[in-house]
Amino acid sequence: MRPARILADFKIVVRSYLRNPVALFFSLFFPIILIALFGSIFSSSGAASVPIVVLNEDHNSPQSTALLGALNNTTVVKLSFVNWNASDFAQNLGANDDPVGLIIPEGYGESFYTHQRVDLLLFTNPEDSAVAGEAEFVVSGVTSAINLEAANGTAFVGYAQENVGSPVYSYIDYLIPGLIGFSILTSPMFSMVDVAASYRKDGIFRQLSLTPLTRSEWLTSHIIWYMGLTFVTAGIMIGAGIVLFGAHVTVGLDLIPFLIVGPLLFVSLGMLAGSVARTPESAALIGNIITFPMMFLSGTFFPVSEFPKWLQPVAQVLPLYYVIDGMNQVMLFSNTARAFTDALIVLVIALVIFALAVRFFQWRDE
Amino acid sequence: MADAVEVEHLVKRYGSLTAVDGIDFRVPTGTVFAFLGPNGAGKTTTTEILEGLRRRTDGSVQVLGLDPWSDADRLHRKIGVIPQGFRFFEKITPKEAVEYYGSLFGTRPDPHDLLRRVQLDDKTHDRFDTLSGGQKQKLGLALSLTNNPEICFLDEPTTGLDPTARRAIWDVIRSLRSEGRSVFLTTHYLEEAQLLADRVAIIHHGRIIASGAPDAIIASRGRPERLRFAAAPALAEYLGRRLGVAATALDGHVEVELTSESDAPRILAAVAESGIPWAHFETVRDTLEDVFVRLVGQMDDGTLKSEAAA
Repeated sequence: MRPARILADFKIVVRSYLRNPVALFFSLFFPIILIALFGSIFSSSGAASVPIVVLNEDHNSPQSTALLGALNNTTVVKLSFVNWNASDFAQNLGANDDPVGLIIPEGYGESFYTHQRVDLLLFTNPEDSAVAGEAEFVVSGVTSAINLEAANGTAFVGYAQENVGSPVYSYIDYLIPGLIGFSILTSPMFSMVDVAASYRKDGIFRQLSLTPLTRSEWLTSHIIWYMGLTFVTAGIMIGAGIVLFGAHVTVGLDLIPFLIVGPLLFVSLGMLAGSVARTPESAALIGNIITFPMMFLSGTFFPVSEFPKWLQPVAQVLPLYYVIDGMNQVMLFSNTARAFTDALIVLVIALVIFALAVRFFQWRDE
Repeated sequence: MADAVEVEHLVKRYGSLTAVDGIDFRVPTGTVFAFLGPNGAGKTTTTEILEGLRRRTDGSVQVLGLDPWSDADRLHRKIGVIPQGFRFFEKITPKEAVEYYGSLFGTRPDPHDLLRRVQLDDKTHDRFDTLSGGQKQKLGLALSLTNNPEICFLDEPTTGLDPTARRAIWDVIRSLRSEGRSVFLTTHYLEEAQLLADRVAIIHHGRIIASGAPDAIIASRGRPERLRFAAAPALAEYLGRRLGVAATALDGHVEVELTSESDAPRILAAVAESGIPWAHFETVRDTLEDVFVRLVGQMDDGTLKSEAAA
């Protein structure tokens, strides 16, 4: 292997790639789209607030303003205000598909002085029981606090919350290593299979075989390119996860081994798949057969520990599992020892696949 | 001087199909050799065997004294190749392509000099996918020269090119020869071979049916020189009767074979006597193309086996 030849070929790879706007778009924006898409699909429950439509008939009383302020401070509800007639309120809610409505009746503020009981009117839709329950819980909590305060009482029973077992991570925290693994797998697999088939068809491999460039040099320059691309993609995904969803992941130098051995493995595997195939069609088929199970079963979108028990051993024979598990150990659990083992497993598999790819990838015919 | 290429009893079989069926030829160093034949005759297979891209089934092949298959790496540093229908990385410019090849071979030629040499210096910074067919072939030619090769293999370098681009490539081939390099050329354009080649070989159904200098092949395998008149068929009939010569009429022309130089005045006198009107006359010789078409036709008829049998 001659570094000068690897460098020369690397320049060609980079230029070809950077001059392809579609490829560039996919490598830079696709990671953000993936994070945004899966982040918002799966983290929505719990995080989103309950919308409440409010009709305030007790204008300008400081008490109604205080009530709305207290509701707002729970951060669980999102208030919007309307000027409907009280008699049409329920009907309008239904027409607008608003699940929860609240009427603050006239004389709400007065009641604090007259000590006359006054009832807030809470409208909920029983079909949306989760939202209804949450709205009821919030409103009753706030009214209790107001009653307690009005009676000059002091709360003496409180509670503190603690998690059971290990610290709890939100879905987005799992998603970031998973999707980095997803792109480590898919971006070289799809394009290397295609490159192997089309360069053979166009005679470019034959052309290169007439130069001193060797197959392992050629493969190495592509691996280096995908390593670089992986660093950029991982950076974008981590950044997008933190900015868009406030993800809590640890980013350290111990992440680097995975961003190196991952591309080494999958560039080689893509080339191997493209080389054993006789036609571009069968190359694409072989590539898909290898890629799709790994894409879904390696802990990309969900932690493998949440898989059914019978499926977990399947995940553990897929090389991508160790890439993603290792990154989870680094980014979430700070378990360096297990991460090291994972990296070592991937490295060994990668070297074997690299050797096989160089062996099977012939650029001249018998 | 030694031969740049020596081929003896070369055979290539793909399963039950015999693509090359025991051929022999030599390319003397510093000469242009044109390898001719119809599509599917075995030209590209033979060329790829010489380039070390294909393994031969039988026979012996030496290129620059090396076995092309087992010594491919050493050979590739000394030869230049344009494959048929040359393709390259689509987004790369000619200048970058030459620099790339220069780095791979460790020769680092000046891209501008090399591109000027193949008349592509006006497209230095254009991407490959925007180049015309002729410009792509010129780049292929430039790349085949980056390692300063002793022999160039050009597989149909002018197929599909316009006349200007073809002439540009001819100029390069002539300059290669004048620099003492050998050229192995395959082409469908017989006049190209006649114009450029010191020696040609015609291959058909995997066998060589004629080889040698173009003029020598025409002399030995072509028809005799003819006198041709633009005249009605009646003239052919008249000359045959009057002089007892073989005269044929075709497409408004009448041709009379000249068996010796002294035939011409006799024929002209007879034409004048005939009183049959004629427009103009010329002497015609077979071109390499005429010989090629006839030999290939004869072989397909079964009247010609191969060079050895003929």
